[in-house]
Amino acid sequence: MALPQIKADATKDRLIGMAMPACGAWATTARQDALNRLIAMGLPHKRDEYWRYTDPALLVGAEVSPSEALRTDTPIFMDKDKVRLIFVDGVFDADASDDPTLEGVEITRLVDAQAADVHWAQGLYGQLETAGQNPVDRPLAIMNTAFATDGVCLHVTGKPSKPLHISYRQSSDASDVVLHHVVKLDAGTELTLLETGTPGARSNVVLEVDVADNATLHHVRPQGRAHNRAVATHLFARVGTEATLKSFTLAMNGKMTRNEFVADIIGDDAVVHVGGVCVGDGKDFHHDDTVFITHDALNGESRQVFKKVLRNAATGVFQGKILVKAGAQKTDGYQISQSLLLDEDAQFLAKPELEIYADDVACSHGSTTGAIDETALFYLRSRGVPEQQATTLLTLAFLAEALDEIADEALAEELRDRLEGWLARHG
Amino acid sequence: MTALDEVQVKDGVDQDTVDAVSALSGNYKYGWETEIEMEYAPKGVNTDIVKLISGKNNEPEWMTEWRLSAFERWQGLEEPTWAMVNYPDIDFQDIYYYARPKSMEEKPKSLDDVDPKLLETYKKLGIPLKEQAILAGVEGADAPPAEGRKVAVDAVFDSVSVGTTFQKELAAAGVIFCSISEAIVNHPELVKKYLGTVVPPSDNFYATLNSAVFSDGSFVYIPPGVRCPMELSTYFRINAENTGQFERTLIIADKGSYVSYLEGCTAPKRDTAQLHAAVVEIIIEEDAEVKYSTVQNWYPGDENGKGGIYNFVTKRADCRGDRSKVMWTQVETGSAVTWKYPSCILRGDDSQGEFYSIAIANNHQQADTGTKMIHLGKNTKSRIVSKGISAGVAQNTYRGLVSMHPKAKNSRNYTQCDSLLIGDKCGAHTVPYIEVKNNSSRVEHEATTSKIDDDQMFYCRSRGMDEEEAVALIVNGFAKEVLQALPMEFAMEAQALVAISLEGSVG
Repeated sequence: MALPQIKADATKDRLIGMAMPACGAWATTARQDALNRLIAMGLPHKRDEYWRYTDPALLVGAEVSPSEALRTDTPIFMDKDKVRLIFVDGVFDADASDDPTLEGVEITRLVDAQAADVHWAQGLYGQLETAGQNPVDRPLAIMNTAFATDGVCLHVTGKPSKPLHISYRQSSDASDVVLHHVVKLDAGTELTLLETGTPGARSNVVLEVDVADNATLHHVRPQGRAHNRAVATHLFARVGTEATLKSFTLAMNGKMTRNEFVADIIGDDAVVHVGGVCVGDGKDFHHDDTVFITHDALNGESRQVFKKVLRNAATGVFQGKILVKAGAQKTDGYQISQSLLLDEDAQFLAKPELEIYADDVACSHGSTTGAIDETALFYLRSRGVPEQQATTLLTLAFLAEALDEIADEALAEELRDRLEGWLARHG
Repeated sequence: MTALDEVQVKDGVDQDTVDAVSALSGNYKYGWETEIEMEYAPKGVNTDIVKLISGKNNEPEWMTEWRLSAFERWQGLEEPTWAMVNYPDIDFQDIYYYARPKSMEEKPKSLDDVDPKLLETYKKLGIPLKEQAILAGVEGADAPPAEGRKVAVDAVFDSVSVGTTFQKELAAAGVIFCSISEAIVNHPELVKKYLGTVVPPSDNFYATLNSAVFSDGSFVYIPPGVRCPMELSTYFRINAENTGQFERTLIIADKGSYVSYLEGCTAPKRDTAQLHAAVVEIIIEEDAEVKYSTVQNWYPGDENGKGGIYNFVTKRADCRGDRSKVMWTQVETGSAVTWKYPSCILRGDDSQGEFYSIAIANNHQQADTGTKMIHLGKNTKSRIVSKGISAGVAQNTYRGLVSMHPKAKNSRNYTQCDSLLIGDKCGAHTVPYIEVKNNSSRVEHEATTSKIDDDQMFYCRSRGMDEEEAVALIVNGFAKEVLQALPMEFAMEAQALVAISLEGSVG
C-alpha cells in the first residue's frame, strides 16, 4: 500500500535538519539504507494498528519534551562486581567508565567500529533490525539505525567472569538520545548484560543481539527513574540452536515508555524468555510492552510474562504475539499479561495474539485485569496486617511470577526491594 | 444429481446413516440447485438498482431515501483489509443484487399459494414450510415430544421471503414475525424507530452496502411481557448463480419479553464465489432476553478452494434496558470466507451478553470470526467461549474485543478461545483486544492451541473406533461447551456437522 501523503509529509518534515554521523563505508551504507526504508515506511502515527493504544507523538515529534535530569547516578547493583560502561546524555564517558576490558568480551565503541572500513558489527548493525520489520513496521528502530550517535559493540567469545553493565546518565533536561548497541555471542558463550538508568530526556535505544548455538544471554534492564522521560527501546534478537535468551525489564517511572522485543528463534531447542514489570502512578504514566516472538525451528520454548501495577489514571499497554511458522513443531509458547488496577481510573489495554501454522504445538496465552483481591486483603487485615502493608504484600505476590524470570537471584532480590520501596512511597 | 441426494429425500431412512455416507463421500449435501424461473434486476449496483429494489418491495419514500443515502456513503468507502483472509477482488458490478422466482411476482396470500417448487426446495433442505410441529433435524430420531415443538419459519429464497409460517398463532400472542419488506409496509413506525439504530448505515463497508441494497429478511417484534410461544427461525437459501444475497434482520424484544431465534443457511455448489452480506440488528429492552442461534452452512467451495460463499456479516445486539440479556450461539462450518463478529453492546445496567462459537474451517476455507463485548453499564457481564477447528489448508482466526468503559463499574468478562489444528498445513490464530478502563471490573482471557491428544486418540482406537470416528468424538468433546448452548433442534444437526466438516482431514 502506498504511504499516505500525510504520513510522507510528516516524515519529511521531521527529517529536516537531521544529519547522519560520518562513518566508514559499511556503516554509511547501512545508515543510508535505513534512511531510505524510513522514508518509504513513514514515522508511526496513532492510527497505525500497532500504535492504537500508544500515541507516538512524544517519541517522534521534532521537539523534546523536557525531563528534569537526576544529578546522581541511580545506585543499583552496587554489590555486584561488574564492568561499567557509562553514557552521559547518550555519549560514552571513558573517564567515568571502568576500564573497558573483560576477558571473553571484545568491547568496541560503536563510533569506532563504524569508523573502521571492516568490522564484525557490519553483519549485524541494522540487519536484525531490518529482519524485525516483517510483518510489523517498527519505524522508530529504523530511525535509530539511520541516526544513532553512539553505542557499544560487544563480541562475546567466552564466558566472562562478571556482568557487563551499560549505565545511562542524563545531565541535560532536554537531551535527545539515540543509542544503538550490537551484541554478538559466539557459539557456547555466555554473558550477563545489565542496562540501567535514563539515557536522556527522550531516548531511542536499539539493541541487536545475535545469540549463536548453545550461547546464553541474560539481560536485565531497570529503566531510569526520571519522571518525565520518554523512551522507546527495541531489542531485536536472533536465537540459534540450544541457545538461551532471557530478558527482563523493570519500569517504575517515566511519562512514556515503549519497549519492543522482537525475537526470531531460528535454531532447534532454543529458549526465549521475556519478562517485564511496570508500576505506574499518575495520568502522565504510559507504559507499553510490545512483544513479537517468531518460532521457526523445532522444540522451541518461549515465555512472555508481563505484570503491571497501575494507579491514578496510569495506563498500561501490552501487545504480545507468538508466531509459530509452518514446520516449527513441538513449540511450547506461553504468554501471560496481567494488570492490577489499584484505583478506579487506571487503565489496561491489551492485545495478546497467537498466530499458528503448525499442529503439534502447545501455545497458550492469558490476560487478566482487575483490582486487588478483597478476600485476600480482608484475610491479611484480620490477621492484624495494616492495610497498606497488606496491599504491598499482595502486590509483590502478584509481581513474583515476572521477577522469577530473572535467573540471578541477587539481582531479582534487589529489584524486588526497589519495588517494595516504590509501593511504600506510592501507597 | 447424485444418488445420495435422492436417498436423503426419502422418509424413514436413518438420518445418521445418510449423514455418515454423505460425509464419507465428501459431499456438501445442500449443493443441489432448484430449477425455477427467475427474474433478475440488471447486474451491478447504482442508484437505479437501489430504487428498483425499493420499488419491488413497494417501500415508502423515506425508506428509499434511507437506502440512497447509504448507497452514496458506500461509494466513498473502501473494503476492509484487516481480517486475516485472502480472496480475489470482488467486482461489485458483476453481481445480481436482486433475484426472485417469477412465481413470487404476486406475493402469495398464504403458504398454499406458494410455488410448489419452492416448498419442495425447503422440504428437501429439511425445513418444511407446511405448518408441522417439529423441525426436520429431530425427525427420524426419537419420537417427537408429546405436544410437539413448534418452530415458526421465515423462508428467504435469493432476494425474497417466500413465506412465514404460524403467523396467525404468533399474532394471537401479539408477536409480529414477518419478512422485513412486509414490516416496512405494515409496521413503518416500528421499523422507522429501530432500523439502523444498532448497526448504523455508516457502520462498515458491507453494512453500508447492505443498507442500500438489502432485498428482504426477517422482522420480529415481541411485545412487552410476552414470552414468544414458539421458536422463530429464518432459513436463507441462495439459489441463483452470480447473485449476492443481502438480507436484513431486525429483532426487537420489548420490556420483559423473551424469544429464541434460529437461523440456517445453505447454497448450491458453484464454481464461482458468491457474496452474502447480511446485517442483523437486535434491540433488547429492560428485562428482555434474546437467544440467537446460527448454523451457518453456506457452500464452502470445493476441496481446491473453487467457488463458495463469501460471508461478510454484521450482527449486533444492543442491550438497551437494564437486566436485558442476549446470547449468540454460532456454528460456522460453511462459507469459503467468513468475516463475522456478532457483538453485544451492554448498555443497560446488569445486562448480560454471551457468545458461544464453533468455527470449523477445512480445505481452503478461511474464517475470521469472533465477537465484541462493549460494557457500558454497571454490573454488566459477558462470557465468550470460542472453539476454532482448522483442517486441510484452512485458516481460522478468532478476533474479539472486550471493552470496559470507565462507567461500567463492577463488570465481568470471561473469555476462553481454543483452537484445534488437524494437520500441519492449516493455521489457527487469536487476535483479542482487551480494553479495561476501570478497576472494579474483572477481565480474564485465556486461549490454548493444541492438536488432538495422542493419548485420547489411542484410547479411542483401542476401543475399536476407526480414526475418523475417534477424531469426531474428541472434537465433539472439545466443542461440547458450545454445542450444549444450542437449542435442541440445532444440537443434533451441529453434532453431525462437526463430524462432516472434519471428514478427510486425518491421515
